[in-house]
Amino acid sequence: MTDNTAQTENGLVLAADGRPLKTSLRRALRAQKIRAMLLIAPLLLFILVTFIAPIADMLFRSVENQIVGDTLPETTATLQDWEFTSGELPDEDVFEALYYDMFVAVEARRHTRLGSRLNYEQTGMSSLFRGTGRSLDDLGDDYFDVFEEIDPVWGDAGFWYSLMAADNGEDPIDGLIASQQARLETLSSDDYSGEIGFEPAADIAQILPRTADAYAAWATFAALVDGDTVSEEEPWEAVFSALASDLRRDGAGAAIAAYSGDGAAELQAAYAARDQLPAITYTEFFLNENEDWGDVAIWGTIQAYSPAFTPGYFLTAIDMQLTPEGISAQPENRQIYVTLFVRTLFMSMVIMGSCVLLGYPIAFLLANLPMRISNMLLILVLLPFWTSLLVRTSAWKVLLQQQGVINDILVWVGLVADDNRLALINNQTGTIIAMTHILLPFMILPLYSVMQTIPVTYVRAAKSLGATDWTAFWRVYFPNSVPGIGAGCILVFILSIGYYITPELVGGETGTFISNRIAYHISQSLNWGLAAALGSILLVVVLALYWAYDKIVGIDNVKLG
Amino acid sequence: MSLPIYASTGQKIWYYGFRVICGLIFFFLIAPIVTIIPLSFNAENFFTFTPGMLRLDPDAYGLDHYRDFFTNPSWQQALRNSVLIAPAATVLSVSLGTLAAIGLSQSHVPFRGVIMAILISPMIVPLIISAAGMYFFYSRIGLQGTYLGVVLAHAALGIPFVIITVTATLVGFDKSLTRASANLGANPVTTFFKVQMPLILPGVISGGLFAFITSFDEVVIVLFVGSAGQKTLPWQMFIGLREQISPTILAVATILVAISILLLTTVELLRRRSERLRGMTPG
Repeated sequence: MTDNTAQTENGLVLAADGRPLKTSLRRALRAQKIRAMLLIAPLLLFILVTFIAPIADMLFRSVENQIVGDTLPETTATLQDWEFTSGELPDEDVFEALYYDMFVAVEARRHTRLGSRLNYEQTGMSSLFRGTGRSLDDLGDDYFDVFEEIDPVWGDAGFWYSLMAADNGEDPIDGLIASQQARLETLSSDDYSGEIGFEPAADIAQILPRTADAYAAWATFAALVDGDTVSEEEPWEAVFSALASDLRRDGAGAAIAAYSGDGAAELQAAYAARDQLPAITYTEFFLNENEDWGDVAIWGTIQAYSPAFTPGYFLTAIDMQLTPEGISAQPENRQIYVTLFVRTLFMSMVIMGSCVLLGYPIAFLLANLPMRISNMLLILVLLPFWTSLLVRTSAWKVLLQQQGVINDILVWVGLVADDNRLALINNQTGTIIAMTHILLPFMILPLYSVMQTIPVTYVRAAKSLGATDWTAFWRVYFPNSVPGIGAGCILVFILSIGYYITPELVGGETGTFISNRIAYHISQSLNWGLAAALGSILLVVVLALYWAYDKIVGIDNVKLG
Repeated sequence: MSLPIYASTGQKIWYYGFRVICGLIFFFLIAPIVTIIPLSFNAENFFTFTPGMLRLDPDAYGLDHYRDFFTNPSWQQALRNSVLIAPAATVLSVSLGTLAAIGLSQSHVPFRGVIMAILISPMIVPLIISAAGMYFFYSRIGLQGTYLGVVLAHAALGIPFVIITVTATLVGFDKSLTRASANLGANPVTTFFKVQMPLILPGVISGGLFAFITSFDEVVIVLFVGSAGQKTLPWQMFIGLREQISPTILAVATILVAISILLLTTVELLRRRSERLRGMTPG
């Protein structure tokens, strides 16, 4: 017991400040832990934001499918009751909902985006949405002409405003504007907060629900997107078709007769003249615009992709598809991904195999030469390892060309005829040669470090017991070097299946990997969901391999240089 | 592995044959890199040796491609971006990485395995997947197509190398030195800069070189996270190789080979120095 500690009667050891030693130690340990965590925290936060969050985002995108529900909220809701297997078209309600959903989407210029999204699942969707989007105004225009004929006041912005707004002591209705704002925000992912200068009246919204919705949507749009004053602008066409629908609704007559607020007389007159309105249902309108709307498959696809999350991208990534009837295989001519995955794995195996074949002798030589010479030769391995990937790829691109150095030499030697030069690039051969060269150091270095630890006495003992050179190598040396082969193989394989640059530059059509397809979907076809799904599958494969690597070699044995 | 005097003919043949095979493999490793060096001095726009070059005719060699590299605004912009982005990313990953490595090498770190796995992950995940994720996420938060986005992405890629090299150096660090320093009245900051830092500096520098070369050579992330404004040398080379291949690429490649030889030498010298130092420390 030193001067600094004392012992109490019940055997508790106390520190210098009179606290029990146990508490003191625990506190010191906690302080140490906190200090360590404070040192790690900035980097951990940095990696979480710059790296882990993007990976999580990618995984999320591979199942995310909110665009359908966001663009067509009412349609997807009403479509839920429809049965694809019935073989009949959805009823009028669905077409009506589609009209108003589409109208807002067209104004926000988001319908084409939905069209291209659904086009991944069923070709023709894109042109269907684009074409129909152009002609939505026509229906409203037809109604507008008739309303103006009944009473020119229907073309007056001020009249519409006083009819719809709670500006004359009427009760305002809550939430209508807010829900339209929220909807526009999810639709266009822009900020739509702000004053609109319009408050819808509750009583008119009860009599003319569709009109109130359409007018509120328009008012929000006019005020916040175009920066107009609501009371000075004529509403968009959908408001007129909405009014026509509301006038035709069952029980509209009684409600309108009982209404006494702003514009009651005009509304009653319009109701009385409602038979002059063009008699066209929404179903008829859509079928006239494009007969594809009469195809149940279109509706089946919309219904199948209504939920906010979908397995659709993953199914596509394994050559399956989500159809209204359920999950089925893709048509034969669209099955490319499984082939591509298999090709990626197969070519990675070939590259891994050729790396073992070329790397083993080199590692063996390096491990068995005197240190001074092997260090010199090691530089020949490290130089390619340190040389820029693009330098090595450009070197192969130059060397392997039909008019390149290798073909020139082969022609000069006489192995190949001048008019029959070998196609060494833009095919699988090119990818395999270039990637073997690029990944070879990753095989040699782990092999070399394992072989260095094999005692030379083992082979000598085997030979002195009568083994031939071959037996001594094959029965004694080789089994000892297997861990190195394992480590090198997994490392090369992991690096190889995710390679992008080299296959892209020297692989041509047949020598590309799954990563090239991912890049294609990100930057060219813009099918980000599918790119994310393909990436997620690749990520799982790599992590599984890495887990195996960790089991065999151990994460702490990762060595550099 | 020398040949004994009593070796049979078969053994002699195998002994020399094996050396020839190894020589050929070394040739395979080095030849492509060496070949492009003379090709870059080609006076004409060919990618193969012209008859003049084979005759060692001085007129067949020229510096045209180098001149193009140093005068072409497109290559100059790429060079400028590379020289801007790589050091910025290196500074970021070295400063954050060294601190974290010191934290990780303390004796009591909760969730050490998980933290290590997270910090090492940028090295494990294939680049195309990192690039895809970063492209999606950075365009969400408005970093796509900015210098900051590229620097952050490259710093993240460089961090595993800093962590691995610095923690490896810290294994050989004698902890009693910091205690001695504290005992002599130094505060933690002084201890860090005067005692710990000079000793782990070789590890920090070689980690930094790895981080630098990672960013300097990187092309997949730049292709996606950057835009034409952030094009780096590898970006320009990649586009050049994919679209219209110009011999200037060979001149750039030669310059890059020279840079990597320089870096390789530095890392090798540092490694030997730290091995020597470690050999001298007791225990």
